[in-house]
Parts: sequence; structure tokens; C-alpha cells
Amino acid sequence: MSADSIIPPRAVAVPHPVSALVRRIRALDWRPLLSFAAIIALWFAAYEFNWVRAKFLPSPVAVVERLWFEIHSGTIVTDLLETLRRNIIGLAIGGFIGLALGALLGISSGFAKIVGPTVLAQRQTALFAWVPLLSVWFGGADVGKIAFISVAAFQPIVINTWRGLTLVPKTYKELAESLSFTRWDYVRLVAIPNALPTIFTGFHAALIYAWLATVGAELFLNIAPGLGGRLTEGSQLFEIDLLFLTIILFGIVGLFYNSLAERTEGLFLKWNSR
Amino acid sequence: MSHASFSASATSGVPALDIRNLEKTFHVRDNDVHVLSGINLTVEAGEFITIVGASGCGKSTLLRLILGLDRDYEGDVRVNGETVSGPGPDRAIVFQEHRLLPWLTAEGNVGTALLYSGLTRQEKREAIRDHLELVGLSAFATAYPGQLSGGMAQRVSIARALVNRPRFLLLDEPLGALDALTRLRLQDELKRIVANEGSTAVLVTHDVDEAVYLGHRIVVLHPRPGRIAAILPVPAAAREDRSSPEFVALRDEVLGLLGVESGKSAVRHRETETRVAV
Repeated sequence: MSADSIIPPRAVAVPHPVSALVRRIRALDWRPLLSFAAIIALWFAAYEFNWVRAKFLPSPVAVVERLWFEIHSGTIVTDLLETLRRNIIGLAIGGFIGLALGALLGISSGFAKIVGPTVLAQRQTALFAWVPLLSVWFGGADVGKIAFISVAAFQPIVINTWRGLTLVPKTYKELAESLSFTRWDYVRLVAIPNALPTIFTGFHAALIYAWLATVGAELFLNIAPGLGGRLTEGSQLFEIDLLFLTIILFGIVGLFYNSLAERTEGLFLKWNSR
Repeated sequence: MSHASFSASATSGVPALDIRNLEKTFHVRDNDVHVLSGINLTVEAGEFITIVGASGCGKSTLLRLILGLDRDYEGDVRVNGETVSGPGPDRAIVFQEHRLLPWLTAEGNVGTALLYSGLTRQEKREAIRDHLELVGLSAFATAYPGQLSGGMAQRVSIARALVNRPRFLLLDEPLGALDALTRLRLQDELKRIVANEGSTAVLVTHDVDEAVYLGHRIVVLHPRPGRIAAILPVPAAAREDRSSPEFVALRDEVLGLLGVESGKSAVRHRETETRVAV
């Protein structure tokens, strides 16, 4: 297909791509970048003026060079992909189980009476307390790591799905009753839409928890391909540039997940003016 | 459809609504609160009844009982000769707040009243369109409640109540939360719509002017426990003109029954008002 056929006929007056880019850059809110730039400047200064010994603080240039080296002849891309793979599988498993169990808890009050307190108790246990147990059950390799990430993603999703489905305002319940809604129509038209913002909050938290758990799993369990392994490597071999690079990569992925969650939420809840 | 049932129930002599010796008590912890006592009321099909009383006189509770949301009472509540056993498609309610589902558009919200109507998809679409037009909101069919003003949202909820052509329209202070101008305009619309649809309406309000302007008969309730103080017919002239002598006379009579004497000094007014509230 030629490029021409993609352009709709109405879009004749397309602005010049460069001027469009300039306008977009102008429209960008650069204020959030200020503190970021300040940190970079401080970093440069600390290195240039030897405020910190170079052994503990690499130059920003060294980190960029390390990235270049890693991309061309190192393993960091594979490590990043491995870490992301683990993270996404764990997120999917934990999220799916959390959503299913949360839905059951929210829809059947009988089930919630039996299972609910156990779920709440499980939530009270500190996340990292599960690491030794899971490594005994599933081993320290990939399966153990994914199990741990799943537990991390499961917790906020199960709680928020459950809560979202149960906390329907009394006024909506009364409306559903006055319109003689069947149970299914009540769930479909009232309970689920009412729960969506809360479920999204859980999903958002799950993204962050699962990412933390991914770092934790890769640090605490066996070394395997992955960013966590590179952190261990960096600290043991005292490759300070590698340490910095890996931490920055962790931060970038975390940022990406965060904005992804916010955008998805806005897309789904167009009625939500909150 | 509703016109047919109107004449049917009129000829068979069964009243649209028949309440006999109604007693209602709320059990709040160890206390029993007697909210309605000795209510007897018969409403003919096609009638517009307004119930007026101070807050806490059990007006809304009475509507909930007619709707079938609350079945814990003594006495008889019959709709078209049958004891109310729960909500049904023959009765629809407009609440004080619009209670539209914020995740559905205006037409989606109106459509929730047609789920079990047995209409085809096309018929439903037409019914929804007709009723949005009836309340003057055709242009806002795809708007979400959050994008509508309070008055518009309440009109959507009136369309939702009417779309399934209920015999009974129950109105629980539907205009109480609106500003004065919107309220006056919607009173006219409500009167026109209910007359057109031929449904029987029971409107609960604390606005005496509204009660006189909209009702064929006014039921005046006294509080604690809620009981009927008087049932007054509204002369046709009073329903037509808010400044007619008939309107003013009837309004003053109702205010008097509620313990508020109009036209007297403001101080006196305030005194009586506090007496009513106590």
C-alpha cells in the first residue's frame, strides 16, 4: 500500500511536519523536567569537581558509554526483555487470579463471608515475607520469581475488585430494585461500571507492586538473566556505571508503566469526570 | 396502551390505588418509630394526587410502600385491586436526585427502564427517542449525565420513568433539588406530560404552590406519626393560574392546615414554622 492512500482526502492542509514538531515541543510542559535537569547538572558537577570519589560516582558520560557498549556487545537488552517477560507473566497470572477471586467475592456475599477474611489476612503479611516460602515451593529459578511477582500483583487487584463491586451506593441499589433488574443486569449495568475506577486503582497499584517485586525477586533469588542480576553484578564487581545504568532503566520502565496506567484509565472511563 | 387500561379500570370500578388502614413503623435499634398511621386513600385512574407535608411526615415512605420497595407494614396497599408485592413495570418512580447511572448516556439511562418490556430493538430505540423528545432533550441523547445540568438530568430521569408507559408515576420531590426557575418550568412540563400519557400520578412535595398547581386533589399530612389531615379537591381555575383567587385561597388553606398562616407578620411566620418543625 502506498503512503498516499493512507492519508484521508480531507487532510490536504496538513501542516509541515517540522513546524508541527516545533509546535508540539512548544506546547510541552517543560516544568516537570526542571528538577530532572537539576539532578543531571548536580551529577555532572559532583563528578567534575570531585565532590565524590569517581569510584562511587561514575560520570554521566560513562553511563551513556556503558549503555552504548551494552547495546552493541553486552547483554542489557536481553536482560531488560527477560525482566519484562517475567514481570508481565507474573502480572498476568496474579492479575487474572485477583480479578477472578475479587469478582467472586464481590458478587457472592456468601463466598465473601467464607473466603473474605482469609484474603484480608493474606494482605496483612508483608510482601517480601513470601520470598523464602515461594522459593522453597517453586525453586529460585524462573518459576519462583514469577510466583512472587504474581503474589505482588494479586494483592491490590483482588482487594480493589472486591471492594469496588461491593461498595455500590444505596441509591443505585434502590434504583435497580425499582426497575426490577435481574441479578445479571445489576452486575452488568451497576456493579461492574461502578467498580471500574476502583479496579483501575488496583491495577495501577499492581503494576507498581509487580515491578518492585520483579526487582526484589531478581535480587533475592538465584542470579539469572535479568536487570536484577546486573545490579548484583554491578555491586559485586564494583562496576558503578553498570549499577547506575540499571537503576535508570528500572526507573524508566516504572515511569512508562505509570503513564500507561493513567492513559488506559482515561480511555476506559470517559464518563468519569473525577 | 395506558389510555386503554385507564378506561378498563374505570369501568370495572377498581381504583388505581387503594390504601386502607395503613400503619408503618420503623424499628431503629431498640426504638420503634411510628411513621404512618391510619392512612386511607383511594386514587382513581388518571388522577394527579399531590401529597404535601412537613419533612419527616412519612411522605417518601408512603411512596416506597406503593412502589413495593418496602413491604414491612400493616394494612392494605392495592394497585389496580392487587396487593403490592414488589416493584413492577406498572409503577415508575422519579427520585429527588436524578439517579442516572453516570456511565450510561442519556438514551442508555432511559433504556434501562425497557430491559424487560418485550419490545424489539427498533421499538426500544423509537420509544427512547420519543421520550427524550417529550422532555426536550433530543439533542442530548448521547450525553453523559456529568455533562448535563441538574434540570436536564432530572428531565432524563422523568423520561426514564415514562418510557415504559407505567400506569403509575410516583414522584418523590422530583423538583426539590432544582433552582426556582427550572422548577417552575418543569412543573408545567410535568403537568403536560402526565396529562398526555394519561398515567396516574402521585407527587410528594413540601412545596405547597407546587401541590396546588399540579394536583387534582391535595393530601395534607401531619407529622409524627404521618397521618392525613385533609384531602382537598383543587378547583380547575387554581390549576390553571397561579395568581387566581382560587389558587391563593387553596394555598392559604393548605398552609393553614400545615400550621403556617400566610400573609401574617414575618415574626409570626417564623414562630409557626418552628412549631411545625418541632
